[in-house]
Amino acid sequence: MSVKTLEIDGKMLTGVAGETIFSVAWNKGIRIPRLCHIGGISDVGACRLCLVEIEGQKKLQASCLTPVEEGMVVHTDTPKLRAHRRLIVELLFAERNHICSVCVMNGDCELQELATELGIDHVRVRYQFPSLPVDLTHERFGLDHNRCILCTRCIRVCDEVEGAHTWDMLGRGTNSRVISDLGEPWGASDSCTSCGKCVQVCPTGALFAKGKAVGEMRKDRTFLKYIVTAREKKQWIE
Amino acid sequence: MDRVTKKPRLATAWLGGCSGCHMSFLDLDERLIDLAARVEFCACPLTDLKDFPEADITLVEGAVANEEHLETIHEIRKRTKILISLGDCAVTGNVTAMRNAFGVEDVLNRAYKELATVVVGIPSGNDVVPKLLARVRPVHEVVKVDYYLTGCPPSADAIHACLVDLLEGREPAGEVKRFG
Repeated sequence: MSVKTLEIDGKMLTGVAGETIFSVAWNKGIRIPRLCHIGGISDVGACRLCLVEIEGQKKLQASCLTPVEEGMVVHTDTPKLRAHRRLIVELLFAERNHICSVCVMNGDCELQELATELGIDHVRVRYQFPSLPVDLTHERFGLDHNRCILCTRCIRVCDEVEGAHTWDMLGRGTNSRVISDLGEPWGASDSCTSCGKCVQVCPTGALFAKGKAVGEMRKDRTFLKYIVTAREKKQWIE
Repeated sequence: MDRVTKKPRLATAWLGGCSGCHMSFLDLDERLIDLAARVEFCACPLTDLKDFPEADITLVEGAVANEEHLETIHEIRKRTKILISLGDCAVTGNVTAMRNAFGVEDVLNRAYKELATVVVGIPSGNDVVPKLLARVRPVHEVVKVDYYLTGCPPSADAIHACLVDLLEGREPAGEVKRFG
């Protein structure tokens, strides 16, 4: 296994060949912002929040998909990146109806946390206020499209960990929507095993357990590490 | 600055919101006494004024939801040096803007016909009840806003810190505790 030495934010770090900049940085406590990445499932680079600057490259790169290379010099927190991240999060807020004050995840939402971290105090782009449905047909869970940021964590965890592939994406651009099976109501899905993994990995309140009031929902993501470790090492440990 | 008392003039206004932000303002408790000594409190939702007065600082609660709000916010902007969006309805539209996903007509039908125990009709376009705008907007989509106090409602501490900073000539630190 070959080792790559690189510089991230002025620190000399090492990673193994094939490892991503994101992974090396987080392992050393450099917390690059992210919404679509979650440890244990594949990366897709959907949210663009983990973009980094690499010296000698004009384009910004999604660190969750860029493997480390020998001698790389990476910057993860520059005024330019901060400005981009702020705008991305503002666009997410403007694209759908994120009414945090009436959301089950208020106070424990990754989108909200990131906005606060980036110092956002208002959204500069025009709110779209789209008319979106809420699917409450499943016995135990609900899907509120108003709160979905299209990170696709639910789709990937269902496919890669549960092996059911109940979720998928319909449409393009702002018309994109997470669907169950072939666009059936969630409650009518034949493939859904009701395991709830999608609900736990969802960064916002888009997927939630029924029966929770505003701010009451807490998500537990530790199961992912257990399952992935069990698969790789045949041991039930975190 | 007030011509008589020589103190900065502070005002608050209430557009499309639940008044919870004003309740949070009242949660300044004993600090209100100090504040009252430092400013000329020239307008609030309870003062009976024909026109919005000239003010140095105005805290605006609520989103712009009807024609009266629209007129008021333009008037406030003209007469205020520093305009602060107070709370999430002013900053994001929040609950007030939840009706934007539906048409005005649907919303009015729901409230005044479908769910009403006594159906009198839909009040719109008369001189008593202002007409709803087609779209509820956060304040900064309508006029320039100088500072934002986020939260549903913003904490009394956040309101206090912002006002004290401004009264002492400092740029408000603007620490956001929670957005959205």
